[in-house]
Amino acid sequence: MPITIPQIDFRVIMPEIVITLFACLVMLLEPFLPDRRKWILPHLSWTGVFVAAYFCLPLWNSNLSLWQGQALADNLSVIFKIIFLLGTLLTILISYLKSGHHWGGEYYSLILFSTLGMMIMASSSDLIVIFLGLEVMSIALYVLAGFNRTDLKSSESAMKYFLMGAFSTGFLLYGIALIYGTTGSTNLNILVNNPHLTEPLFITGLGLILVGLAFKVATVPFHMWVPDVYEGAPTPITAFMAAGPKAAGFAALLRVFLIGLTPLAPMWIGILWILAVLTMTLGNVLAIAQMNIKRMLAYSSIAHAGYVLICIVAGGDAGLSSAVFYLLVYSLMTIGSFAVIIALGEKGEKNEELADFRGLGLKYPLLGVCMTIFMVSLSGIPPTAGFVGKFYIFSAAVKNGQLALAIIGVLNSLISVYYYLRVVVIMFMQEAPSTAVVPHSSWSVQLALWLTAITTLGLGLFPDILFKLTQQSWLLTLR
Amino acid sequence: MGIDGISLFLILLTTFLTVVSILSSWTAVREKVKGFMISMLLLETGMIGVFVALDLFLFYVFWEAMLIPMYFLIGIWGGPRKIYATIKFVLFTLFGSLLMLVAIIVLYFLQHSYTGVYTFNLLEMYKVVLPYGSQFWLFYAFALAFAIKVPLFPFHTWLPDAHVEAPTAGSVILAGVLLKMGTYGFLRFCLPLFPDAYQSAIPLISILALIGIIYGAMVAMVQKDVKSLVAYSSVSHLGFVMLGLFALNVQSVQGGILQMINHGISTGALFLLVGMIYERRHSRLIDDFGGVAKVMPVFAGFFMIVTLSSIGLPGTNGFIGEFLIILGAFKSNMVYAILAALGVILAAIYMLWMYQRVFFGKVDKPANEKLLDLNLREKLILVPLVILIFWIGLYPKPYLSKMEKSVTSLFELAGQKSSALQSYPAGTVISETLNVKQYSLK
Repeated sequence: MPITIPQIDFRVIMPEIVITLFACLVMLLEPFLPDRRKWILPHLSWTGVFVAAYFCLPLWNSNLSLWQGQALADNLSVIFKIIFLLGTLLTILISYLKSGHHWGGEYYSLILFSTLGMMIMASSSDLIVIFLGLEVMSIALYVLAGFNRTDLKSSESAMKYFLMGAFSTGFLLYGIALIYGTTGSTNLNILVNNPHLTEPLFITGLGLILVGLAFKVATVPFHMWVPDVYEGAPTPITAFMAAGPKAAGFAALLRVFLIGLTPLAPMWIGILWILAVLTMTLGNVLAIAQMNIKRMLAYSSIAHAGYVLICIVAGGDAGLSSAVFYLLVYSLMTIGSFAVIIALGEKGEKNEELADFRGLGLKYPLLGVCMTIFMVSLSGIPPTAGFVGKFYIFSAAVKNGQLALAIIGVLNSLISVYYYLRVVVIMFMQEAPSTAVVPHSSWSVQLALWLTAITTLGLGLFPDILFKLTQQSWLLTLR
Repeated sequence: MGIDGISLFLILLTTFLTVVSILSSWTAVREKVKGFMISMLLLETGMIGVFVALDLFLFYVFWEAMLIPMYFLIGIWGGPRKIYATIKFVLFTLFGSLLMLVAIIVLYFLQHSYTGVYTFNLLEMYKVVLPYGSQFWLFYAFALAFAIKVPLFPFHTWLPDAHVEAPTAGSVILAGVLLKMGTYGFLRFCLPLFPDAYQSAIPLISILALIGIIYGAMVAMVQKDVKSLVAYSSVSHLGFVMLGLFALNVQSVQGGILQMINHGISTGALFLLVGMIYERRHSRLIDDFGGVAKVMPVFAGFFMIVTLSSIGLPGTNGFIGEFLIILGAFKSNMVYAILAALGVILAAIYMLWMYQRVFFGKVDKPANEKLLDLNLREKLILVPLVILIFWIGLYPKPYLSKMEKSVTSLFELAGQKSSALQSYPAGTVISETLNVKQYSLK
């Protein structure tokens, strides 16, 4: 009897393999390189990102899957991988490539490992694999959050993130265990056909999974860690956290709830509705009171998680594509605004209070204009990408009968306009103090700034191309 | 994008006033000139975009995008309380327009459910007869956005702050064009899209407009600052426009549109004049002046003409607009017309009283003795405005005839739709389209 070896199509996991290889390479090279050669490591890292993207793009429309859906290459996963890689690239760029300050090889290696975790999260329909991806991503992030070892706030941030994160993964894993207990499977496609789906044990499990993932995307009431962690972590890592892991958490949420468990929608839609409203409102209202810009952006990231939850509640192809579009746009504009903060604080000073932005727009118009673009985009005013993203979200909500949610959403973006525009007021309408900071940014930070600012405006003016792609993420979703 | 007899004059007004206000800032704006010009031009783009858009999405984009440059104009080059004023302006306007955004989205999906086509094209949307229930809600969502912009009575509180704090150029554009976007919106969107809800809202909006007319005039009367007097007079004038638009006959609507143009010209000119004297004297308080006519005779002359046009004296443009509105209002409801006429009298009181205190009497303040009269640039700015005041006042026919066709066809469409709602089920698609020239962007 001939033994058949199962065909493994390595193309499906090629991006992950590339990222792993580069991450290991960077980490191994670090101790063997003399100090004056260490500049090579960040360049190696972004090369890795590009190579991974090169292997990722051909997977578009390929619709492959491995090991009964444990690794997928559908359009949704491809587009999410591109979002992660973009976020990683920008994070590497804003990590001061040239100003004499080196983070060390493990910094870049950890970023790559974290990216690997996100990519795994976005491309599996198996709960256990999603969990593994989440752990790979989170553990790297815990270390990164505390990377400024000498800074007390950074250590506090890492500790807080770690403890809270450990709890939440516990919830997630427990939920998966309960679901496995009732249905005998962790594969979403198999377990959705199980007859025991209305058992209390299963519902509890589903609830616990929701808690675990809601923690990662920072929805109210699982948002408590966000402001402290965002404030304490090194700014490039904060930007990374706001973009990548949030998108990854949503990738998992979309995969589990919107795609995997659509038939059970009546079970979870009410809870997510409430979560969305709470998250948007609390995030926006609390952001008003913040005087530190990193904390303000932290609360704003909570609020934005609420907007994306609207998409999940709305559901359907419109919900999915608007969520993907918004996450991409959000990554761009939030990394852009953190890049401005970095440009201000690059010489070692912190300059993270709102008052440090006084007169910035008058003294350094380009930096001011970039920040204005991001703030306007975050508050959802045309002609920026943020507006288009919100427009798609509210359209999806209206289309699928969630009119009330859409109205709450627009009212929330009104609240947000107040604190976003306050930054613009401070930058342009207050005189700079004599001790004003001198932004001194390296080419890489500037490159990241230009990239994000131009794409934020560009996607606001020509959103069609990208949105058509995100719409296709629904058409070829593997079930 | 397209132009008809309604938007044509508003576009011309926009382009005209932008040039005038840039000229007027020649000496007033000395710092950050580059940023100022960028904002002005972006603002002009946004305003023209609003008036030519025949696509709801595009309209909304321009409608909101225009806020940003205005926000900077007030916030950077404005007066002492500029930050408060500019944030208030943006938040007020956004509140209304965000609800309008939801309404636009709802309309988009309703359109699809009735015709099977997804489109934001206004001309296609005109053809669909909506059931009364959805008309009602959508009308009020749109109306709120427009009413805040106009501003209709209870939503007017942002206006005096924004006007007073804005630089002269900003005030001119704000009064001259931005307010008209609200009234234009009522005519272009609310009337043809939701004709039945529009009709049912007539008493409510007319009464609010009347309150605006009288209240604006009374508050204007007690202002100490000339600029805020002019700002409150805007509330009153725009009340006239709204009354005209909601009296719903061709005459009153024509009068309303003409009054939009008139208000743009005369209030714009008033703000320019106030700006000119402020540049010389650095004060706008009525009490600080007196006898200015002796020191600055040319200035006083221009001011008189503009004042009379703002009051609506026969022979000036204001008369034609207000007369048509009151005439139209008389046809539909006599009480409204009488109350509105009261507003005209009040306008005469506050404007002339202010004029008297500023220009007549003795020159009793030493600071006023050496005021220079207008220079050539300032005269050149004012002369075209004065020509327009008399042209429209004496020979309004070219303006009215251009408007008449568009207004009539708008009425026909609205009438057709409301009779269709009575005789056919909701969702009927009527084939008649508006007489709008369509241009495609290439």
